[in-house]
Amino acid sequence: MTIEWQHYAASGSYYDELIASGTGPRPAARALCEYLASLSDQELHERKTAAELAILVMGITFTVYTEGGSIDRAWPFDIVPRIIPKHEWDRAEAGLKQRVQALNLFIDDLYHEQKIIRDGVFPAEVLAQSVNFRPQCVGVSPRYGVWAHICGSDLVRDKDGTIYVLEDNLRVPSGVSYMLENRVVTKRVFPELFGHQRIQPVDDYTLRLYDMLASLSPRPGDHPTVVVLTPGIYNSAYFEHSYLAQQMGVELVEGNDLEVGDDDCVYMRTIEGLERVDVIYRRIDDLFLDSEVFRPDSTLGVKGLMRAWRKGNVALANAPGAGVADDKVVYAFVPQIIKYYLDQDPLISNVPSYLCMRETDRNHVLANLDKLVVKPANESGGYGMLVGPHATPAERKRFAELIPKDPRNYIAQPTLALSTSPTLCDDRMEPRHVDLRPFILSGPTTYVTTGGLTRVALKKGSLVVNSSQGGGSKDTWIVGTEGL
Amino acid sequence: MLSRVAQNIYWMTRYVERAEDTARLINVNTNLLLDLPRTTTFGWLPLIFIVGAEKLFFEKDPYRLADETNVVKFLISDREHPGSIISSLAAARENLRTTRDTVPQEAWEQINGLYIYARDHTPSRRGRYEFLRRVIHGAQQIGGLLAGTMTRTAAYDFVRLGHYLERADMTTRILDVRSANLLSHASQTQTQTSMQTQAPIPATREEQDPFESIQWMSVLKSLSAYQVYRQQVRVRVNGPDVLKFLLQDEYFPRAVAFCLRQLDICLRKLPRHEAALAALAALQQTLNAATVPDLAREGLHDFIDEVQIGLGELHGQIAAAYFAH
Repeated sequence: MTIEWQHYAASGSYYDELIASGTGPRPAARALCEYLASLSDQELHERKTAAELAILVMGITFTVYTEGGSIDRAWPFDIVPRIIPKHEWDRAEAGLKQRVQALNLFIDDLYHEQKIIRDGVFPAEVLAQSVNFRPQCVGVSPRYGVWAHICGSDLVRDKDGTIYVLEDNLRVPSGVSYMLENRVVTKRVFPELFGHQRIQPVDDYTLRLYDMLASLSPRPGDHPTVVVLTPGIYNSAYFEHSYLAQQMGVELVEGNDLEVGDDDCVYMRTIEGLERVDVIYRRIDDLFLDSEVFRPDSTLGVKGLMRAWRKGNVALANAPGAGVADDKVVYAFVPQIIKYYLDQDPLISNVPSYLCMRETDRNHVLANLDKLVVKPANESGGYGMLVGPHATPAERKRFAELIPKDPRNYIAQPTLALSTSPTLCDDRMEPRHVDLRPFILSGPTTYVTTGGLTRVALKKGSLVVNSSQGGGSKDTWIVGTEGL
Repeated sequence: MLSRVAQNIYWMTRYVERAEDTARLINVNTNLLLDLPRTTTFGWLPLIFIVGAEKLFFEKDPYRLADETNVVKFLISDREHPGSIISSLAAARENLRTTRDTVPQEAWEQINGLYIYARDHTPSRRGRYEFLRRVIHGAQQIGGLLAGTMTRTAAYDFVRLGHYLERADMTTRILDVRSANLLSHASQTQTQTSMQTQAPIPATREEQDPFESIQWMSVLKSLSAYQVYRQQVRVRVNGPDVLKFLLQDEYFPRAVAFCLRQLDICLRKLPRHEAALAALAALQQTLNAATVPDLAREGLHDFIDEVQIGLGELHGQIAAAYFAH
């Protein structure tokens, strides 16, 4: 017996996902914790090695950019699952559906009448300075009014256990393949645990994704041609692109596999000749999609693609311009957006945010740089952030200069006491900070993954969970607790 | 199937085959060198012409010495030479990287492993044979892996198109080494006798004969064809019969006619094959119409040129039909 949960050093200052401080494993995690405690050091170590081997053999990698070129690295994975009780997850799921529904209505409104601005709920100047608003998309009406077909929203838990939405990724969110592969690895490593518990399956994501994509086809028919468009092997998420294409049984294409014909339809070049493409799941940023409309120097996209899309000859997921809602300033307005379009109160809260564009907020932020987290409005991957309490005076000074120069581009939030979850570190169980990225599919219906991708900051005390910056991941279990 | 994927698979196998056959090319020349009398100082320069890289070889230094060290280095480990073994393996690997989901995972590991081996070993003169042997075996393993694990869809047809087209081309080039050395042999005989600086070379036909069969034997051996030739042709090794065997045999897998037959089988399974099949038929006709005993005496080099142009034409038609951009 190696793990004595009463000695697990869950600090009282954080919420731990599996272990309640003082009382031991939470009900949904009890079976797992007892099982882990029944394993010897040797057995636990063997499970860990088995997982590493599975990851190597399955070729689960991510790409890291270095000065010497890019390299594929094995995906860092922790074998101890993170568990969320089903009744709690049901609430979060409903909240995510509500949120994405409102965001899609908001995007559609911005590209049409902009009622929300006319009604004074959303400030015109925020839109005016949005870097992700695409004038080329004005007036286009994607089917079902949906622009963000695939959304990845990051959830975190504060000290008292409340779940907050930290951000919404509406451009090309990634990570879902790791969520799926983590489950495959966990099933290989702990098969005995799946027999006795109500662990909800996650495997139907790629089927749902395919059905959603197929439903967007401009040509009615049983077999629309769906493709995944990747920037190529040097992209950090290339593994995921090829994984999803393979799982859905569709072609993985690059920009120069496609062309737009004189009829403004999109075709892919195959050995049989040109084949019409109906739906493109694009994993390329807006600005690289079409050199005719966006960056003229881009060779990643397809010339004329926007023409074809505007005419309704091809569906793009996510729709170009959907990123307008993927902005940390817009994020701060989501509660009002939900209220405005759905006349409902948000089911999941936002992290309270200070908008530096507002003078009072800005003064507060500048006076409290040592306590707050400052984020640029349009960065992702954890880049360009200031974590006040952990920053050096020089870093804080730099932000004190940056913020007044471009206040629209910065928001600040209190430093959250991100929850922890037991993680195997050098064969010892230690608490490490985690977040959760569920994926929400929107089409004729809305679907939320069962749980999502749990990312874990493997470094002690670190709050940064991004894989590009020393983060790893865990399998996420949604466990039914009735009768436990 | 996407044109790009077809193109990458085709080039991946072409490059693997090229690495293997370049290794065989170096072996045949090494063996010829060992077998010939010391007085015939035939060179390594013909190899540069045979792989069509004379411009590149002399680009930096027009007076670069085409000796064994320089030529072998150029053919094995020169990254600036796109046809070197290391460049071919690197190119095969790059082509496979983008199509990893189409071919079995083990093939990737095998190509990656062979590339890393070649990258980390620069063979000395003594270690050269072992190095080349491993390259040849590694390439054979890749072919075996693909044959044993790939499902027989269009992707596999492109694997085979790449293999056989490159192989046909390289077999003709290996034969060309022989013809080049015959020629240089003859011309050297003249210049050397006229200069009287060295002992005269045996000049009569009978005197040259023993060397000739030894040389043709090494050509056969470098193509793993010696055993089959003995079993099938059943006459003593001689130029015309070896040439006929390696050009026109329909059963030996490195013979040009065999390769062309395989190309025919693959192409017929693919759509839009008319132009490529026409180019192939023209090439087959050229090959069948050749009177090999005459070629053995003269005109081999020109004939091989003609075959290579035909192979180039065939590649052009394949690219136009399936890879066109």
